[in-house]
Amino acid sequence: MDSFERLLRGHGFFHGLDPAYLSLLAGCARNVRFGSGTFLFRESEPAGEFFVLREGKVALEIAAPERGPLVVQTVPEGGVIGFSWLFEPHRWEFDARAVEPVRAIALDGVCLRGKCEQDPRLGYDLMQRFARIAVQRLQATRLQLLDVYGHAGTG
Amino acid sequence: MRAPAEQAGPAGPGGWSVPAPWRVTGARAETRDVVTVELAPPEAFSFRPGQFNMLYATGVGEVPISISGDPASPGPVRHTIRDVGPVTRALCALRPGGQAGVRGPFGTSWPVASAEGGDLVIVAGGIGLPPLRPALCQALARRGAYRRVMLLYGARTPADLLFTEELAGWRRRSGLAAEITVDAGTPDWHGDVGVVPDLIGRAQLDPGLTTAFIVGPEIMMRFAVRALLAAGVSTSRIFLSLERNMECAVAMCGHCQLGPFLLCRDGPVLCYREVAPWLRVREL
Repeated sequence: MDSFERLLRGHGFFHGLDPAYLSLLAGCARNVRFGSGTFLFRESEPAGEFFVLREGKVALEIAAPERGPLVVQTVPEGGVIGFSWLFEPHRWEFDARAVEPVRAIALDGVCLRGKCEQDPRLGYDLMQRFARIAVQRLQATRLQLLDVYGHAGTG
Repeated sequence: MRAPAEQAGPAGPGGWSVPAPWRVTGARAETRDVVTVELAPPEAFSFRPGQFNMLYATGVGEVPISISGDPASPGPVRHTIRDVGPVTRALCALRPGGQAGVRGPFGTSWPVASAEGGDLVIVAGGIGLPPLRPALCQALARRGAYRRVMLLYGARTPADLLFTEELAGWRRRSGLAAEITVDAGTPDWHGDVGVVPDLIGRAQLDPGLTTAFIVGPEIMMRFAVRALLAAGVSTSRIFLSLERNMECAVAMCGHCQLGPFLLCRDGPVLCYREVAPWLRVREL
């Protein structure tokens, strides 16, 4: 078992994934590092991979004229970043900035998309895993939109 | 094992129906709309973490306010108040030398001791932190009796975070593991942006050994409970503070009724297992 396979096996996102698929995913993996303040990706750039954070924290943000970068969410160590490699037009929707030094595994989305096309079972499994994170983030966004702390009754 | 919320004791010597005049000895702005007021009781006063007093602003009205002080600390009693209406505005405007009417303490308290030997997870949202502060003080005073003491705290923005200096001190000196998040960051905020339930999801709880206390807006508490249940924490070890419509505080007026509970008497601290069916009734 190579080191990527071991790292992926130990990560919650891949928990329960067929070992054969883990091996296949490991073939699309590489180690990456980002210094504090540097970007994993920028809005509108081609989205060709996703990231499994091994260390450090990343802010997902969007630049607004006269307001500067607005942080939508932070993703901590252990989190997974990047859905855009899955969907047309394969371009990032947000900026992802390393808030602190980040070590991550980058998985090649182009390579993975090809493997998912060839093996729909792998595609479905991965899609479920990404959908779970997407739903969790949607719920968080809904809570943020509800502004629950802003309404404190009267008295 | 089920640890019930601790019940209220007998009435104080002054009785619970007439406010006693307490002197204001201190007032400190915590945020733009939250003030901590210190009130000196006219006679000996004790309370348990999670209990509340009814504070009367002369000529304006009376509201329930949780006690935010340390139960082991004698002297003036701390109340942390958010300005959300005429009465709380008058209370927030109190200054040393002034006076407020006080009835209390009322209600049930956090079963802090029952969490000993395990992990205590305190989940606070917004103005929900002050009612939990006494429980934190009590737990940290016996820090060695617990495995982990965690605070998972969320607020609207960094400017709305309460007790930040004190929390930093507790982190450094008392072994408090605090994770703090805000709904909306600012350019100078380098902490987390997100919601409290996500903090629970990544806290790596040991569910069999975890006792959780939660205070915040009810929607936040609902999602926090879901996250705790998803992590495997038992319904009998999750406690909430519910503070709906309290007016008389002596279980007479019925305004704070939630199913079989009169929250001023049977609450505010309730075990989730007992109260869960009633929280799901939309009409209540």
